[in-house]
Amino acid sequence: MKYADEYRDKEIALGLAKTIRAETHLERPYRFMEFCGGHTHAISRYGLEDMLPNNLRMIHGPGCPVCVLPAGRIDMAIRLAERSEIILCVYGDLMRVPGSQGASLLKAKARGADIRMVYSTIDAIRIAEENPEREVVFFAIGFETTTPPTAVMIRLAEKKRLSNFSVFCNHVLTPPAMQNILESPDIRSIGRVEIDGFVGPAHVSTIIGTAPYEFFAEEFGKPVVISGFEPLDMMQAILMLVRQVNENRHEVENQYSRAVTRDGNLRAKEEVSDIFELRDQFEWRGLGQVPYSGLKLKRAYAKYDAEVRFGMNELRVDDNPACECGAILRGVKKPVDCKLFGTVCTPETPMGSCMVSSEGACAAHWTYGRFRDHQQRRAS
Amino acid sequence: MCLAIPAEVTKLLSDEMAIVSIDGVSKEISVALIENLAVGDYVIIHVGYALTKIDPEEARRTLELLRELSVEGQGVAP
Repeated sequence: MKYADEYRDKEIALGLAKTIRAETHLERPYRFMEFCGGHTHAISRYGLEDMLPNNLRMIHGPGCPVCVLPAGRIDMAIRLAERSEIILCVYGDLMRVPGSQGASLLKAKARGADIRMVYSTIDAIRIAEENPEREVVFFAIGFETTTPPTAVMIRLAEKKRLSNFSVFCNHVLTPPAMQNILESPDIRSIGRVEIDGFVGPAHVSTIIGTAPYEFFAEEFGKPVVISGFEPLDMMQAILMLVRQVNENRHEVENQYSRAVTRDGNLRAKEEVSDIFELRDQFEWRGLGQVPYSGLKLKRAYAKYDAEVRFGMNELRVDDNPACECGAILRGVKKPVDCKLFGTVCTPETPMGSCMVSSEGACAAHWTYGRFRDHQQRRAS
Repeated sequence: MCLAIPAEVTKLLSDEMAIVSIDGVSKEISVALIENLAVGDYVIIHVGYALTKIDPEEARRTLELLRELSVEGQGVAP
């Protein structure tokens, strides 16, 4: 695949690993958080951790939209889907995310709720057109990458004068969450991890550009390197972070220049700002209430807002007390620190959200990292 | 959810749609978020939408830099 295969070259990766090893100072730790679930998955899938020096640790961040969706929002969607007039359209990753008491959209569908997996928001529009006698609700979820497709969908619904279509909006923003990890008083009390730099998200940044990270890098004195998702992209981004740390710099650098610019995708940003506005706060699994981190539809588009249209009440649900997803999402704990990991919680029977999505830290470790635990046990 | 892949635009359609080829597999996607798109351009696609065009010159420069950085470590013992 052009623009993918050439960034997976093993020989170049081995050379890059040597360069990283040569440039890291042995007397200090390097702790880098990859915010995005796509990066977490790539690190595990390509075994990058095995190529890095022992004093360089990658910390998995909360950038997996499925993982950070609180259980209460799943419960709200299930209640909605149980209404006979409603067809709920969802991205496939959401089907098995646990709500309260083991509930999930998949189980609700098995009980008869009309829940349909879609690949794209265009499919949801098509379903609304084909079912004029039913109410079609799209379960919108994701970071800045999936928000423009939702905005385009609402514009299309208006153009087609669809009166049976609405959106349950759960879109969230990257920069406030990164800030929250570093400064939230809640995080200080429930534990946090020291971070020396951030690998910035790839596809989120194609939309928002590199500019939004500049304030963050300056304010918190942390380097940020925007990185592509291929293994060589990530190795280069890690080397760029090592160099910034060594030179005591904290700048925003763009490794993914083939797809990301400083200003991002202006057209996509316009689509989003036309239709959405900030919520005062939004709940994230693992981070709690994060101010100005979520989006809702502007009042002018209230007829497309499922929460308004169907009088949905906010539901708050505590996570399974034994589940460590919250601490894992903040990078405070690793998957193996959770007593549910690999026992009752596996990708086939996920108890927590980090095991549901392939981009979750637990699912990535389950699929690609467990041999390392075995090796460590044998060595100790 | 975050998975997005590079694809080549093979045909522009009406209503801000296009056909792209992913390693020979054709797929219809929305190009509502992209301006000035032409057949032969490569785009990053995600949940059925093109998010951005890939800049071939930047892609080439990145690969060149990767090769250089890779060689820098060659003289170092593993």
